[in-house]
Amino acid sequence: MTSVLEIQDLHVSYRSREGVLCPALNGVSFGLMPGEIMGVLGESGSGKSTLAVSLVRLLPGNGEITQGAVHFEGKDLLQAKPEELQQIRGRRISLIFQEPSLALHPTMRAGEQVRQVLAAHSSPGKSALNERTRQVFAEIFPEEANRISRSYPHQLSGGQRQRVLIAQAIVCGPSVVIADEPTASLDPATQMEILGVFRTLRERLGLAMIFITHNPALLSGFADRVLVLYGGQVVECGPAETVLASPRHPYTKALFQSIPAVSEGRGNGRKTRLPVVPGDSSQSSLPRGGCPFEPRCTERMNICREREPELVNLSESHVVSCFKYEG
Amino acid sequence: MQPLLKAESLVKRYAKRSLAGAREELLALDGVSFTIFSGTTLAVVGESGSGKSTLASCLACLESPAAGNIWFEGKDLVKLGERACRQVRPQIQLIFQDPASSLNPRWSVLEILVEPLILQRKFKREEMKQRANSLLERVGLSPDIVGRLPTELSGGQRQRLAIARALALEPKLLILDEALSALDCSVQAQIANLLMELQSSLGMTYLFITHDLAMAAYLADEIAVMNRGRIVEQGPAEKILKQPQHETTLRLLAAMPRITRSALPAVEQ
Repeated sequence: MTSVLEIQDLHVSYRSREGVLCPALNGVSFGLMPGEIMGVLGESGSGKSTLAVSLVRLLPGNGEITQGAVHFEGKDLLQAKPEELQQIRGRRISLIFQEPSLALHPTMRAGEQVRQVLAAHSSPGKSALNERTRQVFAEIFPEEANRISRSYPHQLSGGQRQRVLIAQAIVCGPSVVIADEPTASLDPATQMEILGVFRTLRERLGLAMIFITHNPALLSGFADRVLVLYGGQVVECGPAETVLASPRHPYTKALFQSIPAVSEGRGNGRKTRLPVVPGDSSQSSLPRGGCPFEPRCTERMNICREREPELVNLSESHVVSCFKYEG
Repeated sequence: MQPLLKAESLVKRYAKRSLAGAREELLALDGVSFTIFSGTTLAVVGESGSGKSTLASCLACLESPAAGNIWFEGKDLVKLGERACRQVRPQIQLIFQDPASSLNPRWSVLEILVEPLILQRKFKREEMKQRANSLLERVGLSPDIVGRLPTELSGGQRQRLAIARALALEPKLLILDEALSALDCSVQAQIANLLMELQSSLGMTYLFITHDLAMAAYLADEIAVMNRGRIVEQGPAEKILKQPQHETTLRLLAAMPRITRSALPAVEQ
């Protein structure tokens, strides 16, 4: 099977006010299979949001893609002309952002906001537009499609607003959806509900998804594969069950340990410290030789400071970039 | 142990106006009672809209409840006049979810930290600077950052700064309203540890509002579960987690994402 989206050696930098280039992504490569949910895991500053926007070249003015390729439907998106990109963005590849209340127009009814996305990409005539909008609402809100479509964003709950964004994202029938922390502002029950919507859509429409989050627990039972970003680099990538159940990279391991487990509690009333990833992720953004995680790593060796580790194959589908696993 | 704060049958209503103009009443707090002991942590968990944040506003004297009493060190906050309230307020501090929006983006770290001290009109300039430095150290920040703006700090540093500001007036009670929810998992753990350190070194008392039951169980001695303005279950953290009784608690527990879980609830039809 060939991948629907192929990212090769992507390098992205931001220019600071002083004119210095600060690397945000440092050679990220992966392929997304049709119908696959790829969970991208990383903390703030890891480059995960940069990844989301650079795939469709929506970087802010000071962002620059310095190297790499993004192949989609036979084209390299990084070389595509602006007109060609417009045909793809929102139509073949769509994005869903974190804050649904900011992404929606406050004084426009939900139905109209979805209809306009469709109208911007095709001109099938008024009745066809309305019909397609109705269909999408019926799909996303099986119970109260009409009421929601006539509501303004402030009349909707957080979960409902997020569903309106999903309706916008799928109305043109894309083959890839990129979702950047789409459930971060929702409570756990609503989070689960939205993940359920994504799964249903994947099953019905065969959507491939890049799901970006900082919370590994969300990916369990949801993502097919997990890619862990640290300091703009892929440090681990593999099947979700394998990575989540037995992480191999020291960063992934430390990250998972820092989350309190529901089943554990504290035991006999004594307060213990949570195991943390020591230090701060901002340390890793400094350009330097060696492994980006080395300054915070508890398993560091001498070699880690000297050069960057390569991605090592632990199995056919599981890779990790750490000297511990180099033969 | 002394109860630091005791809430008795708090009621708070909000008027809700629909587009048609019909008035409806929303009962945000419907007879809430609980006690927090000095030096302990009470976690209030519940879904969005269950009344958790309204409770926080009432305890911090930002809203006044329609009925009920809030006893804080022998005084009823509900019946205090404006003057007396000013005396009590510094002792109850709030920390919100998003430090980026609770810190003035145009102020430096130093200005943010000394503002509560200036308002008290008790301190000399030099003294205020010294206090700011020791506050930063207390929350694990380097005093070198006093000149920076909040936007130049990471999310974790900003939340540490918000905690330092809350500690400036040496409060007795800290209300943490979803104070960890907006942070990365690894940063959440660091801030949770900081809160525990402060509790043991300063004897702080926390009211920890969250929808994260796992973190609640980790930080708190007691958990109160809220649903539609009522506390539906309350008890020692361990017990709530291991033997949940009420359906709201069960629902919250079922919705907790956890790493070992093999499957989500059934796909929607």
